[in-house]
Amino acid sequence: MERKIRVLIAKPGLDGHDRGAKIVARALRDAGMEVVYTGLHQTAEQVVKTAIQEDVDVIGLSLLSGAHMTLFVDVANLLKEKKMDDVLFIGGGIIPEEDVPVLKKAGIAGVFGPGTPVEDIVTFVKKNVKR
Amino acid sequence: MSDLSSSVLKGDVRSIARLITLVENDSSDAIESMKKIHKHTGRAHVIGVTGVMGSGKSSLIFELAYSYRKQGKKVGVIAIDPTSPFTGGALLGDRVRMMDLSADDGVFIRSMGTHGMLGGLTSAVYDVVEILDAAGMDIILVETVGVGQAEVDIVKIADTTLVVLVPGLGDFIQTIKAGLMEIADIFVVNKADRSGVEQIVAEIESMLDISCKTDRRIPVVKTSAKESKGILDLLDEIENHMIYLRKSKVFETKRRKRYEAELTEIIRKRLMGFIFDESKLKKKVEFLIDQISRKELDPYTAADEILGKILK
Repeated sequence: MERKIRVLIAKPGLDGHDRGAKIVARALRDAGMEVVYTGLHQTAEQVVKTAIQEDVDVIGLSLLSGAHMTLFVDVANLLKEKKMDDVLFIGGGIIPEEDVPVLKKAGIAGVFGPGTPVEDIVTFVKKNVKR
Repeated sequence: MSDLSSSVLKGDVRSIARLITLVENDSSDAIESMKKIHKHTGRAHVIGVTGVMGSGKSSLIFELAYSYRKQGKKVGVIAIDPTSPFTGGALLGDRVRMMDLSADDGVFIRSMGTHGMLGGLTSAVYDVVEILDAAGMDIILVETVGVGQAEVDIVKIADTTLVVLVPGLGDFIQTIKAGLMEIADIFVVNKADRSGVEQIVAEIESMLDISCKTDRRIPVVKTSAKESKGILDLLDEIENHMIYLRKSKVFETKRRKRYEAELTEIIRKRLMGFIFDESKLKKKVEFLIDQISRKELDPYTAADEILGKILK
């Protein structure tokens, strides 16, 4: 049996806009992946703990509040600290272009802004998943 | 793949998570570890939580887990949601109701898809219960998918089965139908903050009045997971049920049934894998299906031919 790609979709921080996260979760589900959806207001510690327990291959975070430079980077640092370098980390939301290189350098492999076709995200995950 | 059993026995979270992934994918790498941990299992109280979709199972599990944590017990949660029969994908959303537990090191939650099983569980669930038990969980809560009337596999694995109902499901006839209503060790009427609670409680009680079982009256507990009400009553009834199981020796019977189901499942998976996954037989099966389609062969003769190859 082929192993299914397991993805954690979470919303860190305080904004309550979860439509984007839900659409991405649904698209990954329809692409045959197992998507663990945790909902709103996750701390970086919660995201990483959940990722460990659920043994996911991919973490996808959605953030529209503007706190991505803090919260995405916090999660990336925690992943490094826990030596979870086999987990693919992607993020999306309202993210200014000038922030993208900084986020990529911090370890966020893919950054997806508004208007990204969901197929692009599915393809990116399938192509870059590390396990 | 290194043997994960010793680190699982020490309670190492990543090893537990990784071994679950292996059993979920029927990986042969899991087998050695599973063989070694079996003798370290049997301590945990396995509580099954089943009921119709939207009855509040996840929220109830959150409340139960939270209360067990206050008693200092370690809690494992297995939350099962449906796998799509069309794409093989799944959206596992039970954690949304359990968010406040994710920072607690004494709780291990794992979300699983059904992977084609129809009884409300997933075939790897027996292994996952063994893993969490061996890892030192005192309580293991197993949440089935939202069920209809007939998905009752949870009784094969749980020591105590909670059937969660909510007000407004239907009339008395629903409560005397076979299936779901027969498997409860405890009835939970959740969302007791809503109207119609007394009616459904009365209907369950009157069903129990005409029941032939006499050694133990099944309790009906009213809860409101939203308002955290009735949870302590439910904990008491779960404890009482375990005392009853131990006293009446039903405990041994239940555990034996679990192992019977587990053994059956392992054999079933291996046989199915042998027939349908292994290249040689699979080709033969495909060939026979073609013959059946052309009416050159009937399905029974074809089945004899396949089974003959294995049993000879």
